[in-house]
Amino acid sequence: MFLTDLSLAYPEVILGVSALVLVVWGAFQGKSNLAFNGAAILALVVAAVVALTGPHGRAFHGGLVADDLSGFSKAFIYGFSALSILLSDHWLARRGEAKFELAILVVLAALGMGVMVSAGDLISLYMGIELHSLALYVLAAFRRDDGKGSEAGLKYFVLGALSSGLLLYGASLIYGFAGSTQFTVIAEAVKTGADGGVLFGLVFLICGIAFKVSAAPFHMWTPDVYEGAPTPVVGFFAAAPKMAAMVLLARVLTEAFGTAVHQWQQVMVIIALLSIFVGAFAGLAQTNLKRLWAYSSIANIGYALLGLAAGGEAGTQSMLLFLVLYMVDVTGFFACLCALQRDGRPMETIDDMAGLVKERPGLALAITAFALSALGLPPFAGFWAKFYVFKAAIGGGLVWPAVLGLLGSVVAAVYYLRVLRRMWFDAAPGATDAPPLTSRVIALLCALFSFPVVLVALHWLEGLASTAAASLG
Amino acid sequence: MTGILSLIVFSPLIGVVALVALKLLGQTGERADSAARWITLATTLTTLALSVLMLAQFDGASAGFQFLEDFAAFSGVHYRMGVDGISVLFVVLTAFLMPICIAASWTSIKDRVGEYMIAFLLLEVLVIGVFTALDLILFYVFFEFSLVPMFLIIGIWGGKRRVYAAFKFFLYTLLGSVLMLAAILAMIGITGTSSIPDLMQHKFDPMLQTWLWLAFFASFAVKMPMWPVHTWLPDAHVEAPTAGSVILAGILLKLGGYGFMRFSLPMFPLASEVWAPLVFGLSVVAIIYTSLVAFRQTDIKKLIAYSSVAHMGFVTMGIFSGNAVGEQGALYQMISHGVISGALFLCVGVVYDRMHTREIAFYGGLTQRMPWYAAVFLLFTMGNVGLPGTSGFVGEIMTMTGTYQASTWTALLAATGVILSAVYALSLYRRVMFGEITNPALAQINDLTWREVAIFLPLIVSTLFLGVYPASIFNITDASVQALVGAYRAATGG
Repeated sequence: MFLTDLSLAYPEVILGVSALVLVVWGAFQGKSNLAFNGAAILALVVAAVVALTGPHGRAFHGGLVADDLSGFSKAFIYGFSALSILLSDHWLARRGEAKFELAILVVLAALGMGVMVSAGDLISLYMGIELHSLALYVLAAFRRDDGKGSEAGLKYFVLGALSSGLLLYGASLIYGFAGSTQFTVIAEAVKTGADGGVLFGLVFLICGIAFKVSAAPFHMWTPDVYEGAPTPVVGFFAAAPKMAAMVLLARVLTEAFGTAVHQWQQVMVIIALLSIFVGAFAGLAQTNLKRLWAYSSIANIGYALLGLAAGGEAGTQSMLLFLVLYMVDVTGFFACLCALQRDGRPMETIDDMAGLVKERPGLALAITAFALSALGLPPFAGFWAKFYVFKAAIGGGLVWPAVLGLLGSVVAAVYYLRVLRRMWFDAAPGATDAPPLTSRVIALLCALFSFPVVLVALHWLEGLASTAAASLG
Repeated sequence: MTGILSLIVFSPLIGVVALVALKLLGQTGERADSAARWITLATTLTTLALSVLMLAQFDGASAGFQFLEDFAAFSGVHYRMGVDGISVLFVVLTAFLMPICIAASWTSIKDRVGEYMIAFLLLEVLVIGVFTALDLILFYVFFEFSLVPMFLIIGIWGGKRRVYAAFKFFLYTLLGSVLMLAAILAMIGITGTSSIPDLMQHKFDPMLQTWLWLAFFASFAVKMPMWPVHTWLPDAHVEAPTAGSVILAGILLKLGGYGFMRFSLPMFPLASEVWAPLVFGLSVVAIIYTSLVAFRQTDIKKLIAYSSVAHMGFVTMGIFSGNAVGEQGALYQMISHGVISGALFLCVGVVYDRMHTREIAFYGGLTQRMPWYAAVFLLFTMGNVGLPGTSGFVGEIMTMTGTYQASTWTALLAATGVILSAVYALSLYRRVMFGEITNPALAQINDLTWREVAIFLPLIVSTLFLGVYPASIFNITDASVQALVGAYRAATGG
């Protein structure tokens, strides 16, 4: 019994053991190098393959679920975690900060995120969230000698602890009124007449998770953390953890509260639209690219939430596709930022991008693709992401929210165009340093995925996402 | 001939690949720029040859879509192409104007020549794509992405306020088209298909038609542009380089009119009938108001830009008249305006290249030094006014005749626009051309070069040819327009 349970948790076992081995290895070696980071990446890739191909079922008294959804999400979460280790390798070495802890923390965060997307009850939900959050707090403050880095870590930790408190309070209410922590039992309780207490708990739970995905009005930490954390770490923050938390939310809402769809739908629509508009309008005032992309991520998570709010299989599928396409874009963008520096100083403001087309045509074209994609312009990946979300939203009867969301994307277009304007219209103030090969390759591959590979890849992704969404039932 | 449309649409990409290769080989300097110009000219001429070949094979007696192509992509989206009598001429017009634009930029663009040429070739791909796409999503992809090359053309090679103009152009158009996207997604959600020919057969619920019509209207009215959302156009025109203005006036504005004829009328006939008075009203305001505004301009390009808005008023009026004469006239006016307004912007470019100013007050008495130029400018001014014998006349008279049947007052008021256009166009001509040369800077200005003559020659020929033999157009468009009007009449019970 225990062994069959364990076989469903192989990805988690692999990552846990690898993290421990890496701690010992790192302690002896003292610094990270390519072999060390390579081992972490290998562990993540193996875990991703195991998660995709492993058996399905429920283990540990329903606490851990392995199904198509968890497999799909884990494959991408682990994959993007591995990419960010690859990105940080060169970035940290270039600054003489090649500490070995980064790879270990990313692996631990990935482990936590894996538990989140597999969570079948409130206990494992909380365990996953805390494990990945603690790793992220430390990662945010990774440059501990840097004032902004410490600020980022502290802010993230304090606000994160608050949101964990909200989440726990919600979980305890749900447990109190439903009589169980298991999603399947909660679903029975909700079906037989959703008690006010359970829904009250659900609102707190949603608030806690909304904080993790940086949805408005729980987004305050995002710009500061993005600004203070090291760039490759931000690339990591902006991608995998969002997917983990969104999938967790999808699972809670459909598995445990599937019959109370009308109650949570309005909450989700409000959060989604708030995020879209906060992200669009607040982004207009930004001059720092990392802060700008923080607001962009807030707006984008709003679109993902809108897809989820549409409900049903189509809604979940659109949310999954949106996140996958978004993660590629955002990782590629931060890979470009990792690659760019002028006279040893990272280029992080919009003005720093001036004349980039002449200086670094390849990277400038990549950033152009990512900006246009984030803007939602066809034929880039970001358009198809929005295409699925809005199709699901309009199909699910959320016509006005969809129209408002589309109008929000026009406001956000202004700041993406500002970036393009600096790069294409203005003259360069000086030469940039030679970019490292890894970040250039990652940026280029992501840009090629954004267009034209996405047109081919969607054939295959669409099917995968649809089976994943179907497994929620 | 299956596949010829894809060949036409994507043939400019050959030039793009060659230009990128030129860049990657590290070629810079005068020789590389010259090579880039020749490569682009050859590519655009190839596309023109292909499109003429396509036109020769086109069966004008058939109302349906021809040269069909269809591949399934993902999520029910198809790569579906085809042309009918309404779209085929726009394909040819685009292919016709492109080499002219390239030739017009031959000496005036000296900075980042390779990128400039790539932007134009991409624009050609996208615009021809818009006219040939028969799938809503494919249409939207081409339609929307065509903003990017134009944004770059205005923003990089434009005048002093280029950044403002580029942003305004992009955001105005984007705002209109996201509403259209919402409507497109709703239509796909309801019917389960994104095929344009299938959707033309579908009968939408009347209430729904209103919403969908308004969403499409938001997009096409901005693109057209109709009063009061026309304000991006003068800015974009003034700041854009000459060739950019030619494409903008000659082709991009036609996307709006094409959209009305392809989507609004056949798919939402009931809503079109209900909202036709609104369109008539806006058209009349556009014709009279922007004509008056044009008269007050001090910048030659801005004057022609406003006159474009006025001429587009005739087009929208003709389209929503809902009868064959009006539709034919609107189509004809769009083709004719593409040639004439393009030529007028090229005329401005001729003196701008020499003097680097477009102030009307700067010029005067150019007939003394530039007789050939004066003759060419006169011809196109007359075309703009709508003098019989030029192509401008046919479109105006037909749209007015068509509208007269639908709404007498509209036609009556629009007719004043004909007089007003004569007022501003002739006064422009007088101020720039006639009189003595008073500005000493103009004392040494030279007449047209052979390159400029070669650019104007095809435009002159087509203006006169279309003016005296309009049947050349109607033979192609007639069957499709009759089918469109027939379906519209049947749906509205008129």
